[in-house]
Amino acid sequence: MIAIKLAIRNLLGAGLRTWLSVIVLSITFILILLIHGFLEGWNRQAMHDMKEWEIGGGQYWHTEYDPHDPFTLEDSHRDIPSLFMGQANKGNYCPVLISQATIYPQGRMRSIIMKGIDPDQELLELPTSLLKGDFEEIPVIIGTAMARATKLAKGDITTLRWRDVNGTFDAAEIVVAGIFKTNVPTVDASQIWMSIVTMQELVSMNNEGTLIVISPEITNPHPVPGWEFKDTDSLLSAIISTIKTKTIGSSFIYIVFLALGLLAVFDTQVLSIFRRQKEIGTYVALGMTRKQVVGIFTVEGAMHSILAVLLGALWGIPLLAWLSKTGFGMPLSADEFGLAMAERIYPAYGIGLIMITLLLIVITTTIVSYLPSRRISKMNPTEAIRGKIQ
Amino acid sequence: MDNSKIINISGLVKQFPMGNNNFTALHNINLAFIKGEFCGVVGPSGSGKTTLLNIIGLLDNPTSGNADVLGHNANDLSVKEAAMIRRKHMGFIFQTFNLLPVYTVFENIEFPLLLLKMSKNERDKAVMDALEWVGLTDKVKSKPAQLSGGECQRVAIARAMVKRPDLVLADEPTANLDAENSHNILQTMEKLNRELQTTFLFATHDEKVIQYLRRKITLDDGTVAGDITTSK
Repeated sequence: MIAIKLAIRNLLGAGLRTWLSVIVLSITFILILLIHGFLEGWNRQAMHDMKEWEIGGGQYWHTEYDPHDPFTLEDSHRDIPSLFMGQANKGNYCPVLISQATIYPQGRMRSIIMKGIDPDQELLELPTSLLKGDFEEIPVIIGTAMARATKLAKGDITTLRWRDVNGTFDAAEIVVAGIFKTNVPTVDASQIWMSIVTMQELVSMNNEGTLIVISPEITNPHPVPGWEFKDTDSLLSAIISTIKTKTIGSSFIYIVFLALGLLAVFDTQVLSIFRRQKEIGTYVALGMTRKQVVGIFTVEGAMHSILAVLLGALWGIPLLAWLSKTGFGMPLSADEFGLAMAERIYPAYGIGLIMITLLLIVITTTIVSYLPSRRISKMNPTEAIRGKIQ
Repeated sequence: MDNSKIINISGLVKQFPMGNNNFTALHNINLAFIKGEFCGVVGPSGSGKTTLLNIIGLLDNPTSGNADVLGHNANDLSVKEAAMIRRKHMGFIFQTFNLLPVYTVFENIEFPLLLLKMSKNERDKAVMDALEWVGLTDKVKSKPAQLSGGECQRVAIARAMVKRPDLVLADEPTANLDAENSHNILQTMEKLNRELQTTFLFATHDEKVIQYLRRKITLDDGTVAGDITTSK
């Protein structure tokens, strides 16, 4: 207790020297929270959007299906089991058929992925109801990235060419029935969406599908022969690992700031021990053990972090609260970035993040305060009293 | 140990390493001090006064010989035990005052009592008593930087005396003071010596101090060259 009492007196008595270190540490504290809060906010938004737009509560995949290998599409289709069919299951399951195709917007050939989905589905955010209109051509919907890349607009007609299950080429006119805006590029880039029944007819794969999206309300999906169940964790693993990579990358920024803050504390400590050797000698002469003196200086250094947290709370809490309401405007849109990313990301700060950051600051500051303070235990008090140690 | 002797030094030698050799600061010192003495070790710079005071203050150890201080042999004490004896039984007064700059006068004087874990009420009373002894009751809230040299040394005396120690060690206490302040300080210390029976041991070469001493031990080149007691 006495060490804390004395440390507070000494620290506040040191004036500007203390506050400079405290300010740098408080900036570091808030910066760490901000960076992690931003990434956590992005993580939550990306996962939420991907569930809403693409993966639902998980997916059954045809055992041959590999989204990263288009050559598997030729074989990854089979009859949709009766479990996933019927009016009663409409809200729980949503079959999707996937195949390769080519379109010719403005006469240019472009390879695409053609996806068939039930226009009445409500599991995903895709505006599939637009496919139900009365059109002479085959109605399709595309995302804004696809629209931009192909220069297609709503109502535009272009040629679609595909191969059916037997490998026979065929072609037909498609019309863009709607363009949707999404933060999830994996339902947008190089893709067109049409009615699954229409697509099944085009490719002669009646009643077949490539994957089945299930509702989040289905908590215990049954194993289905020929289909492999992928839960949301495995379907989100790519975005999770990307954000983890971003987290590690961004850590360097705050490590630099933390190092600056700690350097300031270390420097203050080294300077203190050199300048205050008479004081150290006096403490020893007055009956303090060297361990107690080391304790005072260590606590004094560590108190920088406590003051930094208090100061950080003073200016940081309003700033972080404001940013969590207004969010960060992102310079890149999702379709340009290639990952699920909203136009604005709202930082999210968990109690765990705050506690870990707080502990990180306090522990590292205590360590860098202790390191130079150890020198006190080797000081000759008779020399220290007279300030003669060089 | 004789009950009246609070310090008993016999065959004390202190050497410091100097290059490949040793420099002998104190040669075969034999001295004893009794409770309530107002005495001083006098001699020119480099004669070993401060070294002797440091050993008596348990801040340094003898190279050989014995130094029994307040019933404890300096050679047998751990660093922690020595600190405990200083904390409970000794007061120090330094040439450069060595007040803690960020503390007020009150806090500086209170410091030794904090180490003794005295209650707040006891501390407040003891500090106010000490301030009265040195006549600084009006400077309670001042910081050392706001005080004159004489006032600083009076605070240092109050700090040394506040716990009513058995022994006060004063190393050149008047070296940074003018004549008037020196006399004031010495009169204060003499008064406290008489009233509280505290043993005062000075290291000095200042004539102003020497004239107040009742016992003068002259050190010359690390040896005792004289030990004169006068009745005052």
